[in-house]
Parts: sequence; C-alpha cells; structure tokens
Amino acid sequence: MAAVAHVPAQAHAQTNYLNAQKGVWSWMTTVDHKRIGIMYLSLISTSFFLGGIFALLIRLSLLNPKHMVFGKVIFDAETYNRIFTLHGVVMVFLFIIPSIPAALGNFVLPLMLGAKDVAFPRLNLLSLYIYFVGAVFGIAAMVTGGVDTGWTFYTPYSTTTNSQVTLMTMAAFILGFSSIFTGLNFIATIHKLRAPGMGWFQMPLFCWGIYATAIIQVLATPVLGITLVLLMLERSFQIGIFDPRIGGDPVLFQHFFWFYSHPAVYIMILPGMAIISEIIPTFSQKTIFGYRSIAFSSVAIALVGFLVWGHHMFVSGQSPLASVIFSFLTFLVAIPSGIKIFNWLATMWRGNIKLDAPMLYAISFLLLFSIGGLTGIFLGALSVDIHLTDTYFVVAHFHYVMMGGTVIAFIAGLHYWWPKMTGRMYSEKIARVACALTFIGFNVTFMSQFLLGSRGMPRRYYNYLDQFQPLHAFSTYGSWILGAGLGLTAICLLSSLRKAPDAPRNPWGGRTLEWTTQSPPIEHNFDVDPVLTHGPYDYRKPLPVEVEA
Amino acid sequence: MSHNQQAETAAAPKVYAATLLALLALTAITVAAAGIHFSSGSVNVVIALSIATIKASLVALVFMHLRHDKPINAIVAISGFLFLALLLAYCVIDIDTRRTIVPYTAKVPEKAAPATPVEADTKK
Amino acid sequence: MSTTAQLVQGHHDPTLQHHFHTKEQQFETSKLGMWLFLATEILLFGGLFVGFALMQQKYPQAFLLAHHHLDRSLGALNTVVLLLSSFTMVMAVWAAQTSRKKLLVWLLLATMACAFIFLGVKYFEYSHKFHEGLLPGKFYSHKGDTVPNQFVFFSFYFMMTGLHGIHILGGIGAIGWLVIRALKGDFDANYYTPVDLIGLYWHLVDLIWIYLFPLLYLIQ
Repeated sequence: MAAVAHVPAQAHAQTNYLNAQKGVWSWMTTVDHKRIGIMYLSLISTSFFLGGIFALLIRLSLLNPKHMVFGKVIFDAETYNRIFTLHGVVMVFLFIIPSIPAALGNFVLPLMLGAKDVAFPRLNLLSLYIYFVGAVFGIAAMVTGGVDTGWTFYTPYSTTTNSQVTLMTMAAFILGFSSIFTGLNFIATIHKLRAPGMGWFQMPLFCWGIYATAIIQVLATPVLGITLVLLMLERSFQIGIFDPRIGGDPVLFQHFFWFYSHPAVYIMILPGMAIISEIIPTFSQKTIFGYRSIAFSSVAIALVGFLVWGHHMFVSGQSPLASVIFSFLTFLVAIPSGIKIFNWLATMWRGNIKLDAPMLYAISFLLLFSIGGLTGIFLGALSVDIHLTDTYFVVAHFHYVMMGGTVIAFIAGLHYWWPKMTGRMYSEKIARVACALTFIGFNVTFMSQFLLGSRGMPRRYYNYLDQFQPLHAFSTYGSWILGAGLGLTAICLLSSLRKAPDAPRNPWGGRTLEWTTQSPPIEHNFDVDPVLTHGPYDYRKPLPVEVEA
Repeated sequence: MSHNQQAETAAAPKVYAATLLALLALTAITVAAAGIHFSSGSVNVVIALSIATIKASLVALVFMHLRHDKPINAIVAISGFLFLALLLAYCVIDIDTRRTIVPYTAKVPEKAAPATPVEADTKK
Repeated sequence: MSTTAQLVQGHHDPTLQHHFHTKEQQFETSKLGMWLFLATEILLFGGLFVGFALMQQKYPQAFLLAHHHLDRSLGALNTVVLLLSSFTMVMAVWAAQTSRKKLLVWLLLATMACAFIFLGVKYFEYSHKFHEGLLPGKFYSHKGDTVPNQFVFFSFYFMMTGLHGIHILGGIGAIGWLVIRALKGDFDANYYTPVDLIGLYWHLVDLIWIYLFPLLYLIQ
C-alpha cells in the first residue's frame, strides 16, 4: 500500500470519480458505486425534504384544535389524513429505507472492503432506476389525490377507500425491488469482495451493520411485495383474502404486512448503528470496545427482529396466546441494542474525544436512541401497550428511534464521509450550530408527544380536546426549530460545494480503508489493490499512506 | 471448471437420468396416494407434502448442484424456507388460538356460579 | 493518471469483469447472487402459499369441492413436462461444462419446447375455467355451488399458477437468450456462468410447481 504515496493528494487538477467522465449521459449509464451512491443521495434527500414539508404541515395544522392559521382553517380532516399518510409513505419507503444503505452504503461499503466496486454493478444501477420508477408512481399517487389510509395500508379501510391506494401500493411494491437488489448486492459484495487479509473480523463494523441490514432486505421484502400485490388484487377483484365482507381475514393482512415492516424498522436502524460504530472510535481515537459483540449484536438484532412483529397487533384481535409470545420476544431485542450502547460508551471512556460535528451527532444518537429504545420496552409490555396503543406515545417512540436514531446517524455519516464524497470540508462552526438546533428542536417536538400520548391523545386524529393545546403548540414550535436545524445543515453542506476541493485523504484520522485513497476517490477507488495489514480500529500506528501534510 | 467436480462430470448424465426417473416415480406415487381415502384428510396432506419435499430436495441437491456447492448457497436456500415457515407458524398460532381462548374466559362467571357444591349437597 | 490502463493490465480474459481478481471469485459471486435471488423468489411465492394454507384451513369444504373442477391428469402431465425440462436443463449445463456446444443448443431448445408444452396445457386448462365461470374474486360466476366461498380457491389458483406462469415466460425469454449466445459459441468449459445461473432459476420454477401440484390438484 505504500506505493500509493506518490499520488499528489491535493493536486487541484486531480482525476477523480466525479470528473473522470463528463456529461449527464455518463452519470445515467454509470456503474460506478460512488456515482450511484451520489445519485441515490440526491434522490433520497429530495424525498426527505418533501416528507419534511408534510411533517411541518401536520404540525402547523395541529397548532390549535380549530386548525386556524392566520384566521383561516388550514386543512379539512380529509386533507389532514392524506398529508399524514404521505408524510409516512414518503419518509418510510422513499427516504429512510434506502437512506443509509443505498446512498452512504453504496458509496462507502466497497471502499471499506478495499474493493473496486460492488459485486453486481449493473444490478446496482438497475436498483437506482427501479427506485426512480417507484418514486414516479408515488408522486403520481400524490398528485392524483393522495392516500388516506396511513402508511400501513390496513385493511379493510384500504380495500374500500377510494383514494389512490392501488397506485401507492404499486409504488411501494416497486421500491421493494430496489431495496432487494441493493441488499442482495451488498451480501454478495461482503462475502466475496473483501480485500486480501480482511477476514470477517477485520471488517469495519459498518460492513457488519450493512450485512445484517441486507439479510433483512433480502428475506423480508419479498413478503411485502406479495402482500401489496394481494392488497391490490383484493381492491380490484375482491379475491377474498383480507376483506371480511367476503370472508377474508383483515388481521392476516397485518401479519403479512408486519412480517416485513417490523424487520424493516431494523433495516432503518441497523445502518444507523453501523455509522455510529465507525464515528465513535474515530473521534475517540481509541479501538472499539467489544468488536465481536457489536458485530454479532447486529446480526442478532436482524434475526430476533423477525420474531416480534405481532407486537404491532396487541389490540387488533390477535389471539392472546400470540400476543403473549410476541410481547415476551420483543424484550429480547433490547439485549443486543443494549450491548451496542454500552460498548460505544466503553469506547468513549478515556478516549481522546474530539467534538466535531459527526461526533456531536453520534452523541445525540446515543441519547435519543436510548430514550427511543427504552420507551419501546414500555410499548412491548402487553398490559402497558393497551393503554398506549395508537397514542402520541407511539408516535414519539417511533420518531425517537427513527429520527433521533436513524436520521441523526444518517446526518452524522453524511458529515463524516462528506469530505470523502465531495472533496470539500464543510464549515465546522455552522455544522455544530445546526446540530445543536436539530437536537433541541427534535426534543421539543417529540418529548411533548410522550406527554400527550401518556395522557391519552390518540395519534392520527384531526381533532383534539382543548386541554392538549399547550403541548401540541409546544411540539409545533419544536418542529420549527428542527426544520431550521435541518435547513442549516443543508446550507452548511451544500455551500461547501462552491469552494475548491480542500479535503485531505483522512481528515478525521480514521483507520478504515476508505481513508487511504484520495478525496474524492479515483474511478476505481484505489491506485493499487489494497492489502489489509492493520485492524479496522488500530489507532496506535498511523495509516501507511498518511504522508501528506 | 471452477469447482471440484471434474471427476463427477463424466458420471453426471447417469446421475441426472436416475434422478429424473426417481422424480417421475415419486410423481406417480403422489397421484396414486391422493386416490386413497385415509381416515383423515390431513394424512393425505402430510403424505403429499412429504413426497413434494423429497422431490424438491432431489432437485435442489442434484439438479441445482447443492451437494457439491459451497455451503453458503445451501444456507441461503434453506433460510428462505425457514423464514417462510416462521411466517406460517406465527399466523397459525394466532388464527388457531384466536377463538378458543376468548369465548372461554367470557363465559367463566356464569358457569362457575358461587356456592354450587353446597347447593348440590343440600339437594341430595 | 489513467486508471483504466492499469486495471486492464493483467486481465486479458474478456469474460472477467474488472472488479474481480479471479474467475473463480467471479463465478462464486454470481452464484451466490443467484441463490440470494432464489431465496427472495421462495419468499415471494411463499406469501401466496401461506395465504392459501390459511384460507384452506378456514374453508376446507369449499376448497375440497372447488378443486374437483381441476383436471388431475392435466396437472400430472404438466408435472412430468416440467420435470423433463429440468432434466434437459441440467444436461444443458453439463454440455456447457464439457464444451459440447452443439448438444448445448439442442438441450436448451428441448427445455424451451417443454416450457411451451407446459404453457399450452395451462392455456387449455385456463380457457376451460373461463368457460365455466371459475374465475378469481368478483368474476366468479359458476352456478350451482352448494358451499360458499369457492371463489377464494380460484383466486388462489389463478394467482399461484399465474405468478408461476409469468416465471415460466421469463424463463423462456432467458433460455432463448442463452440459445442465441450458445449459437455464437459463447459458452464452454472456460465460461458457462449464465447457463448455470439460468439453470438454477429454471429448477426453482420446477421446484415451486412440485409443491403447487399436490396443493392445488390433490386436495383430500
């Protein structure tokens, strides 16, 4: 690997994956995992923006019980139903599921493994196009009237409402294939394309997280696909499986749906945990504590995640026996999650901690995910759940895990790898302010929802009692701070693109292979095929290629 | 040839033909067994599915080369079936116990009327 | 600096893609990818199988009566046809492995012929069902049923055999592509990955039918 050293790291006219080929066509036909990652990143960021607008509209509408904004009613109840459904569908299917694996994972995973590309580069491009087609279907469903079922498409309402359920489930069905192909590609890549010298336990923990995620993507998503097909057919042809009027079983839909959609929340959170496992050792300059237990806990979460889906159905008419089994198994998920949290804390302990923006986000993740995870235990407990089901408590729990966990980790990873992806350093000062705003805004928004829920405010309701108004208003004000924080983050990152490339190879002192190549990397990642000579978190000696100033 | 199958290759057509014959014979057996009326219909289902599983295993092991292949491919295939079994198992657990438990608990107060044994004693 | 020049160096085999070190690695990777895809297929069909099992459990009598409308001998015939096609397919893989290029083409064509026979029989069965009004869901118009909910059986019959039929069509397309490449002489002992992978896919389609046949045609 020492042979890499002769390449000028900061030459301004350097060739890299961004400028090696020019023109729109070269992007549309590329099979380079880095370019595909960047294209995914721009698409999912657009989706995040769209979903975020819907979220702000929901909160604005709930500012007071009469939905009055500047003396006018902002939404009627039907529009409100559509907006919260679109928020859910866009955020889940278009943003958060592909976010970390397809955007950051695509970019970083082969680099971390020391590979030139993913195992199936053309399939990777196909997955991007399928995502795009799915998004077009989703947008078509939105502009032709939207959907009012909630993102879960529960029967029998979804088989009887005349909103655009068929079009939207078609979108989710198509997006599922995009997700399957990404997962399939990553499993094959991790199995077969690791650099010489990299055994399973020399692999960075990010790869373990992505691997566990990919297992779920491959094994769970097809069931969602067939479920959505059944739903579409039930709507169009009354095939008699889910609709109780013609002898179907609506709870069966929930089983099928949650067989995918509960593991899917681990598709969302595992890559987030994977990013945190990279950032914490780098910014503590200390070997990760408990490498193997973190690695195995990722796979354990993926597998146990398949056994617990019925905890979504405690009040759906599921049999008490099934509920008891599901409730018991749900607690098991807390064990591997707890293992991770403690290992991360132990990694930070007596480390040389640098509080740059990625680390600030990572610490936010630890706090927010812990709250989200622990409130999940409340909800998994059968008796408590009967009180809390379908209240804002669930909404708050979900957002603490998904937004406070995954989205914060995604933003952390975006800052962490931004210099590698774009070759530019963002403004650390602005990024820290944005992080603080996001953290405060997030807690203001969702902590109040825990209180609302525990006092009985049902979720998805358009109307509410006057007594809930102060907390609802508080939550809405928080959403504005949160929006400002995320907007500032976008400004901070995008404005860095205007300046000349200035990122060194290894701005943070990371020890994984992506930091050994130039920023941004060349088209085929490495000048010389890397051979692994050190562990992924060995901070005692410098990387062999760190010869630059 | 990329896997250690060279020695096998010469004999392969014979093995494949024998497998085909076995599969055809099993098909005949399964059709014949379906004609027999056992005391319970579930016996037929068990027989039919067992034969189908034997046939599927033959196809997977011989035609799909899993006997000689890297174990990871077999693990992938088996996990597909395992997770399917999981989906079925949980759905069956729920559906089969849904009605048996709920009505029972609802009727308990009526049946277990207070002081029944005492009344019975006095009647005698 | 030109990176492509470096990469091409040392890789003279046109069938070796740039991001693999060896052909062995490339073959194993493709195969793993195919098996992962097959696992997703198992779970995709599996959803229908689970739905079928639960609905049969719910309406056993309706399913029993409804299945009498299926022609058992035609189902058995199609089973035999598919098993034969699996045999010709695996022989095609063997022919490619041993560089018997002409035999490979003939075996692939035989496999396609079996697939067309299968679809022909299916077409005959389907048109019979259409004629009697034995159709899925709201299109079911068969008269004189003594037990309700028989349409659910036909919903599943058409969904399962339909999805399977789509896979047969896909297989015909893929094997047709193999025939064209085999005619060009692209496959031999040195490179036969596509034949092997499409073979795997074809066997899975057969494997699914192995379960479909007793479940749909042989209910007691």
